[in-house]
Amino acid sequence: MGAGLLLLLVAGLAVISWAAGVARGRWLRAAPGTGTGKGRQLAPPFGWYAALWVAGPPLVFVAAWATFGPALVTDAVLRTPDAVQLPPPGFARATLLAEARALGLGRSADAFHPLARALAPAYAAAQARYDALAVAATLMLALAGGAWAASRLRPGFLPRPHVERAVGRILLAAALAALLTTLGIAASLLWESLRFFAIVSPADFLFGTRWSPGAVDGADPGAALGAVPLFWGTFLIGGAIAMAVAVPLGLFSAIWLTQYAAPAVRRRLKPTLEVLAGVPTVVYGYFAALTVGPAIRDLGAGLGIADASAESALATGLVMGVMIVPLVSSVADDSLVAVPADLRDASLALGATASETVRRVLLPAALPGVMGGVLLAISRAVGETMIAVMAASGAATLSANPFRGATTVTRQIVDLLTGEAAFDSPKTLAAFALGLTLFVATLLLNVVALVTVKRFKETYA
Amino acid sequence: MPDAGVQRQRRHRRRRARAERMFRLAGLVAVTLSAGAVLFLLTAVASRAVGGFTETRIAVPVDLGAARLSVTPARLAGRGADLALAGSGLEAAVERAAARAYGPAPDGSWLSSGAWLEVRDAVKREPALLTGRRTFWLPAAAAIDAAAEGRGTAAARAAHGRLAAAGAVRRGFAWNFLTNADSVDPARAGVGAALRGSLMVVAVTLVLACPIGLFAALWLEEYAPRGRWTDLVEVSINNLAAVPSIIFGLLGLAFFLGTLGLPRSAPLVGGLTLALMTMPVIVITARGSLRAVPASAREAAMAVGASRTQVVFHHVLPLAMPGVLTGIVISTARALGETAPLLLIGMRAFVAAAPPSLTAPATVLPVQLFLWSDDVDPGFVDKTSAAIAVLLIVLLGVNALAITRRDRWEARR
Repeated sequence: MGAGLLLLLVAGLAVISWAAGVARGRWLRAAPGTGTGKGRQLAPPFGWYAALWVAGPPLVFVAAWATFGPALVTDAVLRTPDAVQLPPPGFARATLLAEARALGLGRSADAFHPLARALAPAYAAAQARYDALAVAATLMLALAGGAWAASRLRPGFLPRPHVERAVGRILLAAALAALLTTLGIAASLLWESLRFFAIVSPADFLFGTRWSPGAVDGADPGAALGAVPLFWGTFLIGGAIAMAVAVPLGLFSAIWLTQYAAPAVRRRLKPTLEVLAGVPTVVYGYFAALTVGPAIRDLGAGLGIADASAESALATGLVMGVMIVPLVSSVADDSLVAVPADLRDASLALGATASETVRRVLLPAALPGVMGGVLLAISRAVGETMIAVMAASGAATLSANPFRGATTVTRQIVDLLTGEAAFDSPKTLAAFALGLTLFVATLLLNVVALVTVKRFKETYA
Repeated sequence: MPDAGVQRQRRHRRRRARAERMFRLAGLVAVTLSAGAVLFLLTAVASRAVGGFTETRIAVPVDLGAARLSVTPARLAGRGADLALAGSGLEAAVERAAARAYGPAPDGSWLSSGAWLEVRDAVKREPALLTGRRTFWLPAAAAIDAAAEGRGTAAARAAHGRLAAAGAVRRGFAWNFLTNADSVDPARAGVGAALRGSLMVVAVTLVLACPIGLFAALWLEEYAPRGRWTDLVEVSINNLAAVPSIIFGLLGLAFFLGTLGLPRSAPLVGGLTLALMTMPVIVITARGSLRAVPASAREAAMAVGASRTQVVFHHVLPLAMPGVLTGIVISTARALGETAPLLLIGMRAFVAAAPPSLTAPATVLPVQLFLWSDDVDPGFVDKTSAAIAVLLIVLLGVNALAITRRDRWEARR
């Protein structure tokens, strides 16, 4: 029995206990002697009190069970006599156990290894035993909670403060989950990266100029895992070319929409631009690979550039820039609108033209907001994956020629992790080190951007 | 003749007017370019998608009684049927039937490589076909399909013309495309399994991200004491919303697959990973709409003696609901279009059937079209565009749902 069925069971019990609690509350209200004073309460809190006691403890148990249950089952299997023949802990052992589990739980029809076939019945037996245990524990906890709640729901008892406190705690737990996610990301990236840096020195990784994970040498893995070409490619595509497209287009679009467009046109165009921001990046990536890449290569060949590539930095950056235009334009739009109308009116009243007002008054005033938007856009471009995976080159080169291929950090993470390498090889661990670099870089960009935008908002609040 | 000063002023004014016109033009050009780029993208996709949605079928009289397949009707019951029919020479028999009817094909075969599977499925439904004959409308080979669209080699076009004159060719909407699973044969590949996978992944995502995101927003707006810890939670949620999606893929790989040992490619893991990604967006939009609830609503409820929970759940939340729902829909759309984190948790395997459970290997629509875009078979070019069209239509549908629902909610106030 999986966690899903257990949850259904708990939910059913909770509904029953809620109804019972409400009925009890009604009865207590109607009972002689409790109809006045502090005993006088509405019925629903009685129901919620009972339901919380019935559902709360089993839910905590089911969450723990879903997390640790599989490991317990595996432990039980490892204690069977057949498990002695298993290879030592590592990749081979993990695949064997996974196969035995799939066979034992009926997820696959047959196993490749004979040993997996031998272990499958043990898996089935252990799973059945632990499932029975889990159901029994869930029921016991629910019954115990219900009995406790029933014993408390007596005349004179006030369930509401308890329910209020419990609701507050549940909401707090949800907020903490968000915090835990951040910590989890940081911790898992750090942990895997530390394992990587135990094999490859950070100096080799951060300053090495040769990146060819296909040719990693076991004796000196650092020699082929220098990430400078990736950082350069990411900067060239996301920081330079994409921004050269997105910033002017986005900024001028925002200026035109806020200063020149008729209100009716603005009302139509602005939501259209926002919808465009929702087109999945895989669509842009397909477009870049299919149409823009070959076109740029032909253009490069026409210009007489010898090694023009269909996977050029220019094509990738162009499409990435188009993808980011709505983001830049929407932030710039907001910033321009937020500048007080007095400033604009004063400038126009002195005889400045509209463009002079924008250039000399509005833009300087809105600059922090616009800059914040540009920083957010850079962080989007740097973290953008699908366009890079589909349109950028897989080979890392250090070249400033935009017609040549370039690769990005995100592209390499995908390439490293979708191959068939063992989980603890330097190649897969390198992906986590790249992820950590990316995480830190985008985090810094975001913090700076948010602070800039916030300061700007405070100026004109 | 005006004096020099007036002339200078006039020149100056003209220059300023010109600068004004140029500036205005620059703005117009920027808007046109951005909108034009996307229009270009959409028309390019749409024009190819038409090819992906249509298919060419050829009438093939198949006489299985004469083909003497090495299979008995008794073996057509149960699970071994596919295997028995595959080994019985059915594929070759169908090929021969086509060649007998129309002569040698221009490019080796008249039919797409998976065409015989339709005959197989028919035989499985009606074992009597093993001894009878029937005319099947089977998907044509890519060369004939191209010829039907006016492309392709001269030989294929001539062959197509011959068949068309005989009335043995027809083109229609490829319903298969919406129901079938992935296949190595573009004529039989479809987005059915991917659609179902997407649905499962998004269901897991929403079941997890909606309550947690909404509750976190409620705590931060209505319950949280101001202080350093609250600031920490707030800052981390704001930053989570801007973390590149691929980082969540790395987290999913390390934690859900590595530490917890959940199965690769499963909708459960995909949903968990995307839930982490969408939760901050839901929190931020929900907080925004909670903050927009007028203080008078809270104060009125408190003044008549409502408790904090009653104020929040009976008064504030219903008023904030339109905004909360919009946030949820925006993040649903994002989750539906997300690809990169799912690639990292192994969702790039060839999946030839709709996933039966949350832990079985599955694929989702964006990943499916990514896989097709990588395929060397030129038949998948149109299929990729058609898959993009399906994805965009689904996203448009989700957004339209959001708008109508929000109007409903707002009208009910």
